[in-house]
Amino acid sequence: MEFLQNMDWMQLLRCFVVGGLICVVGQILIDKTKLTPARILVIFVTAGAILGGLGIYQYLVDFAGAGATVPLTGFGYNLAKGAIEAVKESGLVGAFTGGIKAAAGGIAAAVFFGYIASLIAKPKMKKQ
Amino acid sequence: MKPINTTQEYQNYVDKKSPNSPILKNCFNAFWVGGLICSIGQIILNICKSRGMDTQMSGTVVSIILIGISAFLTGLNLFNKIGKFAGAGSLIPITGFANSIVSPAMEYKSEGYVMGVGSKMFTVAGPVLVFGISASIIVGLIFMIFNTQNITFV
Amino acid sequence: MNKIGKQTIKLDMAPSILETASIVGPKEAQGPLAKYFDKCLDDEFWGESTWEKAESKIIKETVNTVINKSGIPSNKIDYCFAGDLLNQCISSSFGLRELGVPFFGIFGACSTYVEGMALASILLSSGAGEYALYAASSHFCSAEKQFRFPLELGNQRPPTSQWTVTGSGAGILAKNGSGPYVTYITPGKVVDMGIKDANNMGAAMAPAALDTLITHFTDTGRNPSYYDAIFTGDLGYVGKEILIELAQTKGYNIKSNYNDCGVLIFDKENQDTHSGGSGCACCGSVFSGYIFNQMKTKKYKKVLLIATGALTNSTTVQQGESIPGIAHAVSIEI
Repeated sequence: MEFLQNMDWMQLLRCFVVGGLICVVGQILIDKTKLTPARILVIFVTAGAILGGLGIYQYLVDFAGAGATVPLTGFGYNLAKGAIEAVKESGLVGAFTGGIKAAAGGIAAAVFFGYIASLIAKPKMKKQ
Repeated sequence: MKPINTTQEYQNYVDKKSPNSPILKNCFNAFWVGGLICSIGQIILNICKSRGMDTQMSGTVVSIILIGISAFLTGLNLFNKIGKFAGAGSLIPITGFANSIVSPAMEYKSEGYVMGVGSKMFTVAGPVLVFGISASIIVGLIFMIFNTQNITFV
Repeated sequence: MNKIGKQTIKLDMAPSILETASIVGPKEAQGPLAKYFDKCLDDEFWGESTWEKAESKIIKETVNTVINKSGIPSNKIDYCFAGDLLNQCISSSFGLRELGVPFFGIFGACSTYVEGMALASILLSSGAGEYALYAASSHFCSAEKQFRFPLELGNQRPPTSQWTVTGSGAGILAKNGSGPYVTYITPGKVVDMGIKDANNMGAAMAPAALDTLITHFTDTGRNPSYYDAIFTGDLGYVGKEILIELAQTKGYNIKSNYNDCGVLIFDKENQDTHSGGSGCACCGSVFSGYIFNQMKTKKYKKVLLIATGALTNSTTVQQGESIPGIAHAVSIEI
């Protein structure tokens, strides 16, 4: 439990509030527009990539940590950041490889766990 | 009430008659569940960093663990209950992305592992990858041409 | 048999509804009408491996039940009309492939049950047979899979959305019988008032229900108070309210004796079904279970049943098309 003593509680609070507020934006989109979940995810990931490319999202990440990286905007930011860094290293090819390279862990995990879940689990009727 | 003749009149009338979503309650639930998921991510991130991992690696570990938890809860038929309660609170964090891959994988298992699980896995999350990856490539190209991050926006 | 007015068929040799049967899923079994159904399942799969197979089994067993209850062996039944919501109506054709009765597969979305009853009545009334069977089914899980999202996706349902009823309803009509009789049929037109929200089917179908309702009254010269009860198929709470108000603007007051099967089948507060039930089995099971029972016990002597359907699929919704509605009415009297 040593990490509890080392925990930066203010940082955690900033993370909670920013992460929560990003979700509230999504909730307003769900309730006020007739957008499907897929469209909302696309809007968030694209917005994250654009804000990341402009360097704006970095400020939010510095401020809120996981509160900015865990929402799907953070996934877009991560893709954009990866592409920019790879361009710095290897130019044109980097624009194509950098994004997925940075997000590879998440994508691979989702695909793999999805496959495993389909082997083991069965869909069940929603009770409500 | 006046008789309704045009489709526009009917649409306006229907909008008036249809109950709205309880938006305040939904936003409140989305806020605290979303915040909580991010906080769990932050705690994992801190543990990783205290073990000496760099930021990029720690972020990846956070994603994998949260995706794993989400896939696990989806497999236990619990995630849809959380999603019903929290709405965007569980959809917008990376957990929603994982759920949107795992749930069709489970649903279409009945059509076999190749054409069912394999191809239908991306029915909901596919667009996220298409637009996310395309946007990142465009960002990379623009950066290469204009070097945008030297321009100060904020 | 002849046509009266604009689009109503008067059946002189009115066929009689001999018997009905219904099977429903576990959620419907917790609803207020549970005691009227012949069988309530406690598992949506019913021992099958897929939702589609489960739905086929439900319609098959419902048809078997109605055959047993009526005592008419299947080789004496001249025709069968059946349909459901899945692509190419596979639930009914797969479920009834061993029945061995001449089969008409029909699609009227959620209005299929009454469409089948109407067509079977016309056929018997024309003298082309002695007995005819009609059935319709729907399944929450197979419908969600085909029209909406995977079951395990953590999404929220808007308050206007409706809950597809898991189950099936079936009936056997006899050319000569002791009632209740199918006396008038008003087939509906496709009516589209431009609603595009796939989560608000009640509003999309209400104008079609209104059109059929008004046409039925003008053609037959009857008025709402002629009937002990008027039922629509699956307009739900939103659509029911709309239909009452729209009928009012046309000069018909149906408030006192009108209800909707989608409103009746679930307990809105405790079952969290938002705007109510929908699907072929909504009208099908509620008529076969509850309404037919009420007619047998003479609580209702004259019933107007208007089944409503939303003629849409997931492709047209994605392409931004509006949702056309349909409603077929049958007048059933003792």
